[in-house]
Amino acid sequence: MTGAEMIIHALKREGVRALFGYPGGMVIDIFDALYSAGVPFYLTRHEQGAAHAADGFARASGEVGVCLATSGPGATNLVTGLATAYLDSIPVVAITGQVPTSLIGNDAFQEADMLGITRSITKHNFLVKEVDELPRLLKSAFYIARSGRPGPVLIDIPKDIQQATTAMPYPDEVNIRSYKPTVAGHLPQIQKAAARISRAERPVIFAGGGVISSGASAELALLARRMQAPVTTSLMGLGAFPETDPLALKMVGMHGTAYANYAIQEADLLIAIGVRFDDRVTGKVSKFAPKAEIIHIDIDPATIRKNVKVSIPLVGDIRCVLTELNQLVENRNHDPWLQTVAGWKRENPLQYTQNGGISPQAVIRTIAEMTGHQAIIATEVGQNQMWSAQFYDFISPRTWISSGGLGTMGFGFPAAIGAQVAHPGRLVIDIAGDGSIQMNIQELATAALYNLPVKIVILNNRSLGMVRQWQSIFYQRRFSGVCLNRDARCPGECDGRSDSCPLYLPDFVRLAAAYNIPGFRSERPEEVAPILEKAFAHDGPAIVEFRISQEENVFPMVPAGAGLNEMLRGMA
Amino acid sequence: MRHIINLEVENSAGVMARIVGLFSARGYNIESIVAGKTVEECTARITLVVIGDDKIIEQVNKQLNKLIDVIRVTDVTREDFVNRELLLVKIHCPPARRTEASLVGNIFGAKVVDISAKSLTFELTGSESKITAFLQTLRPFGIREVARTGPIAMVRDFNPRSSE
Ligand SMILES: Cc1ncc(C[n+]2csc(CCOP(=O)(O)OP(=O)(O)O)c2C)c(N)n1
Repeated sequence: MTGAEMIIHALKREGVRALFGYPGGMVIDIFDALYSAGVPFYLTRHEQGAAHAADGFARASGEVGVCLATSGPGATNLVTGLATAYLDSIPVVAITGQVPTSLIGNDAFQEADMLGITRSITKHNFLVKEVDELPRLLKSAFYIARSGRPGPVLIDIPKDIQQATTAMPYPDEVNIRSYKPTVAGHLPQIQKAAARISRAERPVIFAGGGVISSGASAELALLARRMQAPVTTSLMGLGAFPETDPLALKMVGMHGTAYANYAIQEADLLIAIGVRFDDRVTGKVSKFAPKAEIIHIDIDPATIRKNVKVSIPLVGDIRCVLTELNQLVENRNHDPWLQTVAGWKRENPLQYTQNGGISPQAVIRTIAEMTGHQAIIATEVGQNQMWSAQFYDFISPRTWISSGGLGTMGFGFPAAIGAQVAHPGRLVIDIAGDGSIQMNIQELATAALYNLPVKIVILNNRSLGMVRQWQSIFYQRRFSGVCLNRDARCPGECDGRSDSCPLYLPDFVRLAAAYNIPGFRSERPEEVAPILEKAFAHDGPAIVEFRISQEENVFPMVPAGAGLNEMLRGMA
Repeated sequence: MRHIINLEVENSAGVMARIVGLFSARGYNIESIVAGKTVEECTARITLVVIGDDKIIEQVNKQLNKLIDVIRVTDVTREDFVNRELLLVKIHCPPARRTEASLVGNIFGAKVVDISAKSLTFELTGSESKITAFLQTLRPFGIREVARTGPIAMVRDFNPRSSE
């Protein structure tokens, strides 16, 4: 078999259902092997799109997402996608072509040191130097990507390796002596955690993306019921626990619910599961959960005690650990605590004011109702992302696809394409801002040509809303570089405040038409539901643009450096 | 605190870059790094000297362990250990001062490895404190050039307190 054939063989052996990529001189042999190989291939319009699509595929399915790019510019175009997957611990294998081994280091045409470039944004990376090593390294790439704390792995394969032949078989398994992720939890620690849980009076469960990647939602729900503990999640944990459940506190942190933030600040025990205590969650760390002892369950020992003090660390696969823990935890009753929490919920619901035009929050609620909270929701980054996180009420895992750690604008749409490929029969929606959607808009061609019926809902505020929000609150409304319609004719002092500004660029409906897909637009609240119905009923991709006010902001908001209970609740 | 950390790593190209990259990306302070072969062809030994409080050292240990090419991490500072460093030092030394210089060398057990009309070069192996003391003592001669390897270390097997 040639190296190129081995690569395709590996994809088949790993059960890869979709490959996203873009060709070039240093992967032309792989594309040749792909010709009529029967591995479904999706040609994106940009390698960044391929990386995000592989990532979205992985998030929606739980399988490893795979992307393929040529050396040099093709490979460097993957970088943002790999960093996005790395920060959210998503299993992705990126295959890149490289210049022939004899030319490496010579600044050859389209040579880039991908090992060096991606070292800090991948879980691991390989350069293949011998074709006989290729089968084992391919197997290792898949194994490392999906095991332990998942993450992206890049495998860089020089052209001559792709052309050389090998008699080495593709291995059934690999044994990497220096890589042995802990799976089972340490029983004495689990017992200690159970004992501490039985003494808790004001417990809160804080669940994150680790619950989703470990497939532990059922175990989490059982623990919450047994303990009668309220459950909050990080942005990455949305969907790990049904947000419609009476025990749900929804999201915590900078744009979390007031009641989740209050509960964390008053808790005497925090059971943190598959989270990493990002600064967007904790606010000022020294003020975070001041009354609580913390039990921290995670597969990665390095996340424990990285940001917060932990009384009981518990390293292991979350599903394994929770299964064991659930056997030791008895049914508890925390009525006084739950009543306090219920009071906070009553007094501080998520809310927004109607301004006569379309409220973005109402759009999200309408989508949630129309889809029974069952659609796969991808988002871009900014206000669109936070409103989606706050108002959709996620009820099942792997229905929330959003760049949490890196906050990558332009992620949502290609990720939605990947999610749609993973689940052809399901409704996949990208909730977008007019800024973010333009960062990977070229993938409209991909969606249109493969007839991937992703629906793009653009909340068009004609600005980079989230940055504008910060400028409104912290920078005296000095709106600098956030108006997406500013042109040479605009008066110098215009702060982009004028909703009567006539210009909208681009015209998203005409843009849709250019790709032969339907486009809808409205600025009238009563048209929201009918338009969404039409778009959702369409058998193919569609763009929906809702024009909203620039003055809509995301609240609550914990200012950077403040404690979680020091929230802004609206514009002063 | 100063910690000496031993790493057993896969002897792969780029493993050093991974380790150094980790330190620069996470802002850890690294004082010295020594790498060498072991008896096993595919394994290498790296000794790091790292400075940080307990919290940082815990993270350093965990993050090093997380690198796929790292087989084992041992913080020898937490155990009873021996450490040695190799020094080459060239001093100003006209023929008239040779006797004086070799006396100092003898006291420390240093070897003379090069000699010229103007200079003398010593080789010395020892604990870091011994090396530092030797350099201190040579200062009056005028030190022209110093090369230190940074320490390598090994945990002691013999423990007088637990010997039965
Ligand atoms: C690639 C990238 N560049 C810049 C940013 C910084 N940033 C965060 S939110 C935001 C504004 C997003 O605007 P838009 O997509 O229109 O969404 P909105 O906030 O208006 O909903 C920017 C520029 C980012 N997160 N990602």
